[in-house]
Amino acid sequence: MGASQSAGTEHEFQDLADRTGFSLEQIGNINKRFRQLSNNEETLSREDLASIPALDNNPIRAQIINAFFDKRNLHQNETGTVQEIGFEEFLMVMTHFRPAAMGITEEERENLRRDKLRFLFNMHDTDSDGTINLEEYRRVVEELLSKAGTIGQETAKAIADAAMLEVASTTRGKMEPDEFYEGITFENFLQILNTFDIETRMHVRFLHMDTATLRCGKSK
Amino acid sequence: MPAFSCAFPGCRRDLLVIVLVVFVGIGLPIEASAPAYQSHGTEGSHLTNITNTKKAFPVLAVNYEHVRKPFEIALWILLALLMKLGFHLIPRLSAVVPESCLLIVVGLLVGGLIKVIGEEPPVLDSQLFFLCLLPPIILDAGYFLPIRPFTENVGTILVFAVIGTLWNAFFMGGLLYALCQIESVGLSGVDLLACLLFGSIVSAVDPVAVLAVFEEIHINELVHILVFGESLLNDAVTVVLYNLFEEFSKVGTVTVLDVFLGVVCFFVVSLGGVLVGAIYGFLAAFTSRFTSHTRVIEPLFVFLYSYMAYLSSEMFHLSGIMALIACGVVMRPYVEANISHKSYTTIKYFLKMWSSVSETLIFIFLGVSTVAGPHAWNWTFVITTVILCLVSRVLGVIGLTFIINKFRIVKLTKKDQFIVAYGGLRGAIAFSLGYLLSNSHQMRNLFLTAIITVIFFTVFVQGMTIRPLVELLAVKKKKESKPSINEEIHTEFLDHLLTGVEGVCGHYGHYHWKEKLNRFNKTYVKRWLIAGENFKEPELIAFYRKMELKQAIMMVESGQLPSVLPSTISMQNIQPRAIPRVSKKREEEIRRILRANLQNNKQKMRSRSYSRHTLFDADEEDNVSEVRLRKTKMEMERRVSVMERRVSVMEREGRCDGEGGSV
Repeated sequence: MGASQSAGTEHEFQDLADRTGFSLEQIGNINKRFRQLSNNEETLSREDLASIPALDNNPIRAQIINAFFDKRNLHQNETGTVQEIGFEEFLMVMTHFRPAAMGITEEERENLRRDKLRFLFNMHDTDSDGTINLEEYRRVVEELLSKAGTIGQETAKAIADAAMLEVASTTRGKMEPDEFYEGITFENFLQILNTFDIETRMHVRFLHMDTATLRCGKSK
Repeated sequence: MPAFSCAFPGCRRDLLVIVLVVFVGIGLPIEASAPAYQSHGTEGSHLTNITNTKKAFPVLAVNYEHVRKPFEIALWILLALLMKLGFHLIPRLSAVVPESCLLIVVGLLVGGLIKVIGEEPPVLDSQLFFLCLLPPIILDAGYFLPIRPFTENVGTILVFAVIGTLWNAFFMGGLLYALCQIESVGLSGVDLLACLLFGSIVSAVDPVAVLAVFEEIHINELVHILVFGESLLNDAVTVVLYNLFEEFSKVGTVTVLDVFLGVVCFFVVSLGGVLVGAIYGFLAAFTSRFTSHTRVIEPLFVFLYSYMAYLSSEMFHLSGIMALIACGVVMRPYVEANISHKSYTTIKYFLKMWSSVSETLIFIFLGVSTVAGPHAWNWTFVITTVILCLVSRVLGVIGLTFIINKFRIVKLTKKDQFIVAYGGLRGAIAFSLGYLLSNSHQMRNLFLTAIITVIFFTVFVQGMTIRPLVELLAVKKKKESKPSINEEIHTEFLDHLLTGVEGVCGHYGHYHWKEKLNRFNKTYVKRWLIAGENFKEPELIAFYRKMELKQAIMMVESGQLPSVLPSTISMQNIQPRAIPRVSKKREEEIRRILRANLQNNKQKMRSRSYSRHTLFDADEEDNVSEVRLRKTKMEMERRVSVMERRVSVMEREGRCDGEGGSV
């Protein structure tokens, strides 16, 4: 591993740093990790991510991996998925996990919230139609409880139904018995997670990536 | 608290009458106790004459000595509670002045009254304080400690608690010693160690005072947990410093070895306290696993194990407060999974009740002791102490925040820092520690006076002004939101997401270790400590069941049908549209079955058994599941009626397509 990067990539890094707001050091760390995960190739595939041992016990493993290959998270206005991603796309996905800098304005904070909540929304909305319908939400809860055995599966449906009812009650108030609630739109999603301080919770520290642990990240 | 206006004009007068009666009631027994001794003496001499003279049979006799101690204790507690009641009847008072101030004033009045009568007012006995009055408050705080904000900020809290308190103690002790060196003050007899001892007593932020004041201002969670956590965790530092300086001031000299031993002692005291608390916590959790047949005594286990943890650690001179907190935190998740809903409510209400009574008594006694205690007033010393307290606190907070902010993701703003600094109140712990100083300290009275002045200043001035300041500075308040299942789902989702992303980054951070701890907990610990099959239940399901239980209990208590709920949205609004068509005959059958079941359920719920030993617990849980069933059946019934309507609509339209028409 190590310093096989030429001086040309320094310039790229600077460009990336300007665009994403990461510092050069953070980009360097993330790059090292990318190279390690992709076995020093230029692109990362799903199998590379799937082989990380730390993800083995995670109940929403598949969704996390999919999120990296989802075009909606790459700050481009396209939908659909890609099969492989390069370093730039990897970095783009990581920008969703940056913490809120101190002294940002209210508007910037609001944008940060929308950005992070959009990431979560995209993870739930698997068919990319802009709404989370009952089936998709049920699947989310089922995956969350997937490690809990049969108790989980039975109650997952009830929990998802109750959650959906709650969203409908909060956002629509009164509905006629014959009306149908299509699903959670992004605006509804923002509304129900209004009190959820996601801009402080959804962050990962990028500076302290220990190179020793970087080496033992993959065992296969 | 909403202002309460009396329904009829005489009731406020009546309350005052009651209060006056209670005052007189306290005065009388104290006087009565003096002559009672004499009557005992004369009775002894009468014994020899008992065969000679025959006394008339006493129809009515007063024997106050017999019930003296419990009577006085009960009277004091009653007085305290009546005072508390009285404050909330006076409309504007409780909105402006925090309760703690009012209670101290009452204590001053009572103390003054007792002195006027000519008796010796009781002083806040340190043993009574540490063994009886303090534990309920700390247990209440520890049992209901919000774990998530606490663990997220534990680094910051520890820095404030340990380094902040050390800074306060040494800064104040040092500067006061420098002050005493000045000839004009007239305190040249005070040596450095005595000053440092005084500094260590008065530097610790007090949990009782902080709780009393912060309860009423509803500040945002972060600042609240910072100040509150600091007040709890600095107990270890206070204990060590106090014991250390007490020992040293007897000996007179300090060597490097002593300092080293002091540092070691600190770790032993704090970690030892936590260990003792954790052991008792696990014992309590294990015991609660077997209580399914004796639900009535479940709350007692929680209280007794916690109290034992406190006493055991006090026995070894470890930090009792940290033991209590550790015990409460450790046992809570397991105990709550095992005990019944009623026991949970009992524990909650008893803890709140005891801590409320304790807090009230502490403040009243503080007032009384002020009137009682021996005082030695020295203007310079006392005023300097108060000023130094403020200055050292502000400097400490600003300095430490500057360093801490380099490591925090969510930085502390200037407003947060101000509230943390201003909320550093001193209270009864400082007073009791000062009272514990042996009389051989020549400066004891001076120290006590200074401590009391600092306490009064912080509680009155800072306590009263913090609320308007919070409003003025527009500090973020606590968000009043009831638990929503969506938030719960997303909290858990976010946890897993962040653990996953940390895994992708190769970064073993906060979430990674939390995940590891959770897995360890689930596979090994929960298996031992949670009864039955419940240990496999993930948090989300437990949360959902609790919510359902609450709703169902509400319904059982109010006896209302679910259609009275405010929102008219129900399952049929969100189900996917394709509801299979059902033939009319089948519909009739379904409806008949549902109605029959409903009748059965109604009858079952009316007959409840009532027995002290079972607390109809099994029956009630059955009832609740009956209600759940009933709810689902209501739902189904409604769905069937909608289906019927649709079928009739479609029949009218001549059945154009296979699906129900769009609305």
